[in-house]
Amino acid sequence: MPKKVVSGNYAAAYAAKHARVEVVAAYPITPQTSIIEKIAEFIANGEAEIQYVPVESEHSAMAACIGASATGARAFTATSAQGLALMHEMLHWASGARLPIVMVNVNRAMAPPWSVWDDQTDSLAQRDTGWMQFYAENNQEVYDGVLMAFKVAEHRKVNLPVMIIESAFILSHTYDIVDMPPQEEIDEFLPPREPLYTLTDFDNPIAVGALGTPADYYEFRYKIEKAMEEARRVIKEVGKEFGEKFRRDYSQMIELYKTDDAEFIFMGMGSLMGTVKEAVDLLRKEGYKVGAAKVRWFRPFPKEELYKLAKNVEGIAVLDRNFSFGQEGILFNEAKGVLYNTDAHPIMKNYIVGLGGRDFTVSDIKTIAKNMKEIIERGKLDREIEWYHLKR
Amino acid sequence: MNTLNTLFGEKKAKAKKLVFKSVDEYPEVPLTLGTTLINFTGDWRTFIPIVDESKCVKCYICWKFCPEPAIYIKEDGYVAIDYDYCKGCGICANECPTKAITMVREEK
Ligand code: SF4
Ligand code: SF4
Repeated sequence: MPKKVVSGNYAAAYAAKHARVEVVAAYPITPQTSIIEKIAEFIANGEAEIQYVPVESEHSAMAACIGASATGARAFTATSAQGLALMHEMLHWASGARLPIVMVNVNRAMAPPWSVWDDQTDSLAQRDTGWMQFYAENNQEVYDGVLMAFKVAEHRKVNLPVMIIESAFILSHTYDIVDMPPQEEIDEFLPPREPLYTLTDFDNPIAVGALGTPADYYEFRYKIEKAMEEARRVIKEVGKEFGEKFRRDYSQMIELYKTDDAEFIFMGMGSLMGTVKEAVDLLRKEGYKVGAAKVRWFRPFPKEELYKLAKNVEGIAVLDRNFSFGQEGILFNEAKGVLYNTDAHPIMKNYIVGLGGRDFTVSDIKTIAKNMKEIIERGKLDREIEWYHLKR
Repeated sequence: MNTLNTLFGEKKAKAKKLVFKSVDEYPEVPLTLGTTLINFTGDWRTFIPIVDESKCVKCYICWKFCPEPAIYIKEDGYVAIDYDYCKGCGICANECPTKAITMVREEK
């Protein structure tokens, strides 16, 4: 299979091209810009036939993608942090109109203070917009994620947008080997979109964004939730097919690493989980029975997988590179919520790590492992939420 | 009121209201959930405009100013109001140069 050494952003751009995206509407923002620059380059070189809409803001970028997608086109965009926040209103419109738009969001810390570094709070703040969310660990997962995202989003039982999320700089601007299957094989995996409806069917004119009175609104919300439930099944199906075709399996919404005999595990999302896996290997050599659980899909949330996993471990260290002020780390909050009404109640501790691009290393994970081991031996938490890096 | 004697005439009379009884009857996407032909927008007013044809000089200023628009011109040239859409804002009454339109509290 053809391999390229590319940044996470270029991996996203190549994936959009290989997915035969028809419309791209985007507005530049660091650290996302090189995605849309690369796509513009493909178009300028005659390598891709894409309608490129340069807009005046991210809000307009999403609006243009919504319009394009409603005509039946395959639409793509990319953004980051403040740009994503500006899109917020339109994100609801995309999911409400059930449009399978795919967007790459490069995780970047929200200002102030002004920052361009990695932090997951921007995308997690869009949790309730009806978008699916996939967190990539490395450049390959960015590429694979975009291809799978279209297939999941466009599935006739789903029809919801997907956000593929990668870390600022750690992935977006770091070069790595990415395996890109031949175009014919991708075309076979991802055939042209069959839209649920289209604005260009002039014999059957429709109105999108119609008024839904209190008598009807409720049912449409339920339909979105039904589609999310379907998406859980479709994600696994598509992930399995991807594995059979391209030898990288994504049938699990949570990737498990050495969890089978683990006493406790680290749970988190995105690029930091690469470091965690490395640390798990080293910790095992030191006699720790540890594993890692990488949450790939945050929406729909992998409830069942989490339950199965939590049933078999004594402790979970949830690593959140994000925070919900007034509460706790967002993944921690979700995971606790899922387990409350079950019989799986491992000790769970929340470590707030890496906010705004603060380095989070193997030695940090070792320190956390030591702390977790003590907690489990004592059978009691020292504190529930730990601001791990805080200068005291 | 004669059904033709409205803003949308026969179209409105023929339009059918969409009624979904169970969630499965709903379309997957909220598309074309009916238009204002079936979704009337004039049911939240407090005051209702009444036209006094004896004072009306057919200048159509009210017709131009109505923001809905809920005012139409009848075959005899006088103006009338389609109360299915009139919001009772009172702009027509305010603009009418001959004070042919008065706003009265609507009894419901
Ligand atoms: S009250 Fe307002 S809405 Fe009603 S007819 Fe007059 S101008 Fe139009
Ligand atoms: S503004 Fe008054 S006079 Fe002129 S058409 Fe309307 S009701 Fe008649």
